[in-house]
Amino acid sequence: MTSKIIDCCGLSCPEPVIQARKAMQETGLNQVNVRVNATVARDNVARAARQMGWQVEIEPRGEEFLLTLTR
Amino acid sequence: MKEKTTIITAGIIIGIITIALVILGNPANMGYCIACFLRDIAGGLGLHRAGVVQYLRPEIMGLVLGAFLTAFIFKEFKSTGGSGVVLRFFLGAFMMMGALVFLGCPWRLLLRLAGGDLNALVAVPGYIFGIWVGVIFLRQGYTLGPAGNQPRLSALVGPLLAVGLLILVIAAPAFIFFSEEGPGSMRAPLFISLFAGLVVGVLAQRTRFCTMGAFRDILLFRDFHLFSGVAVLFLTVLIGNLVTGSFSLGFLNQPVAHTDSLWNFLSMGVVGLAAVLAGGCPLRQLILSGEGNGDATATVLGLVFGAAIMHNFGWAGSPAGAPVGGQIMVVVVWLILLGIGFSITRQALAESRARAERKESEKPVESVQRA
Repeated sequence: MTSKIIDCCGLSCPEPVIQARKAMQETGLNQVNVRVNATVARDNVARAARQMGWQVEIEPRGEEFLLTLTR
Repeated sequence: MKEKTTIITAGIIIGIITIALVILGNPANMGYCIACFLRDIAGGLGLHRAGVVQYLRPEIMGLVLGAFLTAFIFKEFKSTGGSGVVLRFFLGAFMMMGALVFLGCPWRLLLRLAGGDLNALVAVPGYIFGIWVGVIFLRQGYTLGPAGNQPRLSALVGPLLAVGLLILVIAAPAFIFFSEEGPGSMRAPLFISLFAGLVVGVLAQRTRFCTMGAFRDILLFRDFHLFSGVAVLFLTVLIGNLVTGSFSLGFLNQPVAHTDSLWNFLSMGVVGLAAVLAGGCPLRQLILSGEGNGDATATVLGLVFGAAIMHNFGWAGSPAGAPVGGQIMVVVVWLILLGIGFSITRQALAESRARAERKESEKPVESVQRA
């Protein structure tokens, strides 16, 4: 299982969504982890992933969130 | 699903409030207009001396404070900033400069269209064109860089400014300007305006309502989430105008509007592109400012600065049309915005290439791999 971590802390939308989608579209990846530190980014990345048919797990980590997107 | 219901309900409520504000005294097709209201505030403070557009619009203070309260309650109030601050200030100014040639921010663009003003119909493709150009930059990696944590006080600047303006409009000291005639003199009662601002501030904070994001997300991701809210707002106002008899279809004699189609198209293009580069339309910037985002506060100050420039230099549009100075300004600002987009995107591309090369030399196999 190949995975990738992308760090989107501090980036404002739509940049986290663009990066997450790019990673999800990469061939061979079936898990993408996205670090964000804003609820807007969390919600938007989660919505984009669900729309693309990926499963989303959200784990709060202090001020940040770790989203685990799996195919 | 719940998200969808929320944004659609918000669209309806915001639409009804917009109609109500016009009935209660705001100028026609201007129940809400962030650009116009910030321009009136710039005038009220004497930053420009266009006598017909001076008033400290309480809707603006309501929006910021409504967003502040909700963000606080939902634990989203956070002091952030430091991402391209100076550039954001000028992107705000450019957004306003485009909006004042057209005579309305993107929100009023929708309201004008819903009132039957066909000049807005020419400006909508301009707005979408500007957003489309911005989306090309975004796809290539345009970014103003990550924001970081800032001193807590910085987060309070937006809300405190709102409180200050509120005190000024209520106390009405002699040094504040209030229009005696023209759009600035047409206003809903102070506390109703404030309340309307608070309600919309709360709704916009919760739903992330953004008139630029609505079109951007469609172009970028085929995502219609934000658009659904904006579309419902438009339909609500359209129905409201039809019911109250304020719908009048045509190009001529539309309230606070002109018929220079080319400049309506190009100036809203400026607003669309600048809004994408700054990450939000004027409304969204106010809401973010209320949430503690110092970068958005800088953008709002830029909007006010842009308004002052436009009226001091006589560049703003009026029912007589777009003045030559304003036309030249629109062309120059288009070029500046393209320059900003190109330069930042090029840097972002170069940096991501350098990162990729570094990674390759460090780890020959796969960048990040897990069992």
